[in-house]
Order: sequence, then structure tokens, then C-alpha cells
Amino acid sequence: MKRLQGLLPFVGVAVLLAVWSLTVWARVVDPVLLPSPIATFRAMWIGMTSGKLGVDFLKTVERTVYSTAIAAVIAIPLGILLGSSEKVYRSVEFLIDFFRSTPASAMFPLFLVLFGVGDRTKISVAAFGAALVILFNVAYGVMNARKTRILAARVMGASRLRVLWDVMLLESLPQTFVGLRNGVSLALVIVVVAEMFIGSTDGLGQRVFEAQQLFDMPDMYAAIFAAGALGYGLNLLFLTIERRFVHWSGK
Amino acid sequence: MAGAQPAASIELTDNAREAARRTAPHVTIRGLTKRFSDATIYDNFDFDIPRGKLMSVFGPNGCGKSTLINMIAGLFPVDAGEILFDGQPLSQIKFGYVFQNYREAMFPWLRAFDNIAYPLRVMGVPKAERITRVEKIVAGLNVKIDLNLYPYQMSGGQQQLVSIMRALIVEPEILFLDEPFSALDYEMTLFMREQLQRIFVETSTTTVLVSHDLEEAVYLSDRILLLSRHPARAVEFVHYDAPRPRTPGTMSEADFISTKAHCLEIFQREVRKG
Repeated sequence: MKRLQGLLPFVGVAVLLAVWSLTVWARVVDPVLLPSPIATFRAMWIGMTSGKLGVDFLKTVERTVYSTAIAAVIAIPLGILLGSSEKVYRSVEFLIDFFRSTPASAMFPLFLVLFGVGDRTKISVAAFGAALVILFNVAYGVMNARKTRILAARVMGASRLRVLWDVMLLESLPQTFVGLRNGVSLALVIVVVAEMFIGSTDGLGQRVFEAQQLFDMPDMYAAIFAAGALGYGLNLLFLTIERRFVHWSGK
Repeated sequence: MAGAQPAASIELTDNAREAARRTAPHVTIRGLTKRFSDATIYDNFDFDIPRGKLMSVFGPNGCGKSTLINMIAGLFPVDAGEILFDGQPLSQIKFGYVFQNYREAMFPWLRAFDNIAYPLRVMGVPKAERITRVEKIVAGLNVKIDLNLYPYQMSGGQQQLVSIMRALIVEPEILFLDEPFSALDYEMTLFMREQLQRIFVETSTTTVLVSHDLEEAVYLSDRILLLSRHPARAVEFVHYDAPRPRTPGTMSEADFISTKAHCLEIFQREVRKG
């Protein structure tokens, strides 16, 4: 029984594949629109190993990593700074919330004017969206640092700067990772959308779009799954880093 | 109340001067005033904390027991008044403070060992000396805990013991404990009382303990400060001089029972006044 429990996560996958195969076999949907799982995974394998999909995949990874890194480098120090004084944060809270709520895709035309057609626009819009998410989480992480812990450090003679460095910074780490995970997901969304529409020649978004235009459905599904795997993988990567370095999270 | 010293205008011998220093109050509180938005907790409060004694603060709920030690230890600002330690302000002395909520007072990102050493790091003590001093205090207290564990891997009692060692590592002149055992189960509370008593017997550090448990307050203390409802007054400063080490048997002795009964009577009188 115990050993079977470990297989639970695969049940959903198996059911999906079964329903999918059945649908194709029974010809419920036009086979041109829905290729079989085997055709899809073959297209994915070929695309990733020898075709253009692998190149596009790496291109999207590169853009997402760049934009998340830029966002983190800007947003983490700024978040700590804003969060360390609640008054300062309250005074800019509206701006952060407003732009956080603005769909980043609405910023494409503006960034196109600023940075032209190219990687810089895609990366900077994604970085903009991710930065606000990270900033908001870091600032809240710092502000919600346990008062007792701060008092404990103060009572042991720690200066304001030391409290910020030794206590608030570490206290905010679990929330910072929440921000990074959300930020990287958002960056991926924005990068893929940008690749579809902003005069792109590569990237997963472009691959999905092109396959659809050519009516190459196995290729399109393969690119979609590749994007899904990328999103899941990035999330997992950050979770693993968090478990490793923020071992006290949730304890 | 521990009496004020008479003005020493006559020549004192060295012996007498030494005796005067030994018996002079450790902490003098004068004109302490503290208001929260809805209540005056302290209004021109005067008190002397005796040197080298274990003193408990006991009183009705919300009378400001914790507020008192938090103000003395500088966690809360005072509205008015002066608190001096041998005539010096807080910034000039070394003190230790133990919080009720050890879970939130420990640093979960540091191993127990580094938690204990943290105050030394703040003071700029070099690493080698930090290690020696932590090892010394652990050996001195005969603590049998794996200090390589993180706080969240320890039991509540172990965490609070680590927390007490963290307060003691600086060799404080005065030790404050704010209801240190109230988050522990009874078995652990009994064990921790013995630990605290042992520490006190070995170090004779002036200790101020806030307690909501009268039995614990009397059992551990040399002096019990009974406070009134706010604005708090010192209703009585009860002496309890049973020899140490006290044991659970102490609690069935006539002296203990009568002291506790006396404190309870005053407490109930103060509660009824509210």
C-alpha cells in the first residue's frame, strides 16, 4: 500500500494520456487538430535533439534567466530598503500595487519605442513584471520579520544596520523565494508572449506560433509541452534552492 | 522595600564601604511613568532592585509586570523617569534577557551553538574566544544537548535552555526573564526551574523573573514584588529566605506555604479592588 502511494502523482498523467489516446482512436476530434500522444512526443524528441525546438527552448531559457536575474538584482536590495521602514513602503505602496496590477503585456509598445525590436525589449518587459513581484514580496518579508526576533537582537546590543543584516534579511528569505518563484513564472509568461508577437525569429513562443501557422500540430503541441516543462523545471529549481538554503522555512 | 542608603557623610572604613557596596541596591527606579493609549500603567513609580537576589514580579493580569522589565531592559521606552544600574545607564552595563516565546526569539538560521555565541559576535569577540566561552558555559551548566542542531530541531525546553545560555554568555550583571517557562509543559517547567535555580546558585547574578505562577515565583525567589492593578504600585516586597538548593520538598514546608498564602491573599485583595 505504502509503495503504491508513491505512484499517486503519475495517476493523473496516466489518465490524461489514456483519455487523449482514446479521443484520437475514437476520432472524436479531427486528427489534424489533435495528433496522437506518440506523434506529439516523437515530434518533441526530434525537435529537442536535432530540430529547431531545442534551439528555441534554450533561447527562451536564456531570456527568462536574464530577465529574472536583472529583476532580482534590482528588486531584492530595493525591497529590503523599502521594507526596512514601513513608512517609506507605505508611501510607495500604491505605485507598486498599481504597476504590479498593470498587465506587463500592455507595456510592450512603450518598451518597443525605448529599446527597439530585439532581445532587449523582451527581456526588459519581463524583468519589469518580475521585479515588481519580487520587490513586493521582499518588502513584505522584511516588514513582517518577527518583532520578537528583532527585539532579541536589539537587546543583545545589535545596531540598526546589524539587525537589518543579521535578522531582517534572513527573516525575509522565505518570502523572497516566494517572490522569486512567482517572478520567474511571470517572466516566462511575458517572454513567451513577446516571442510570439514582437518580430521574433526564435524562442518557444515563436515556435508555437509558427507551428500553428504551418498547421504542424505535433510540433505545436511539442513546443507547448516544452514550455510547460520549462516553467515546471524553473519552479522546481527555485524550490530546491530554497530547501537547501532556507532550511528553516515554515518551521 | 529595599531601603535607601543613608547619606555617607562620615568617613567609612574600607570594610564598611565594601559592605555598603554589597548591600546597595543594584537597580534604582525613580519616577517611572508609562502610559499606553488607554491606560496609565506606571505613574511616578519608585523601586530598588536588590543586588544578587532572585526577584520575582507578580500581580494581576495587565498590571504591567512584563512592561516593567521591558522598560528596565530598554525594550520599551519610558515616558518619564530614570532607571540606573549602580548609578549607570543601561548602555553601560551587560545584561541578559530571556523571552517567553523562545521560538520567535531564537535565530532559526543559526545552529544552537551559534545562537549562544551571537551576543559575543555582536560585541566583536574573535571567533576562537567565542568558541571557548560557549564551550565553557555549556560545560559549567552541564548541558547535554547537541548544539549542532538548529532550534527548530529541539524540544521547547531545550530551546529555552539555549535561550538562557545565550543570555548568560555575556556574563551579565543582571538577568531578566519574562515568563520564561509558561510556554512549556509541566514536566519541562519543573526541570527548567531546577536549571534556573542551579544557574542562580552558581552565578549569584541579580535576576528579575516575571511569573504568572505564584508557586513558581515563591519557589524560585528570594524576593517577591507584588504589584497592584495599574497604575501599578509596589504593594509589598515579600522576603522568602529558605536555603538553596530548594527541592520539591521545600514546597511542603510551613514557611513556603505561609509565604505563598500571604502573597495569594494580597493578590486576591488587589484583584478585588479592580
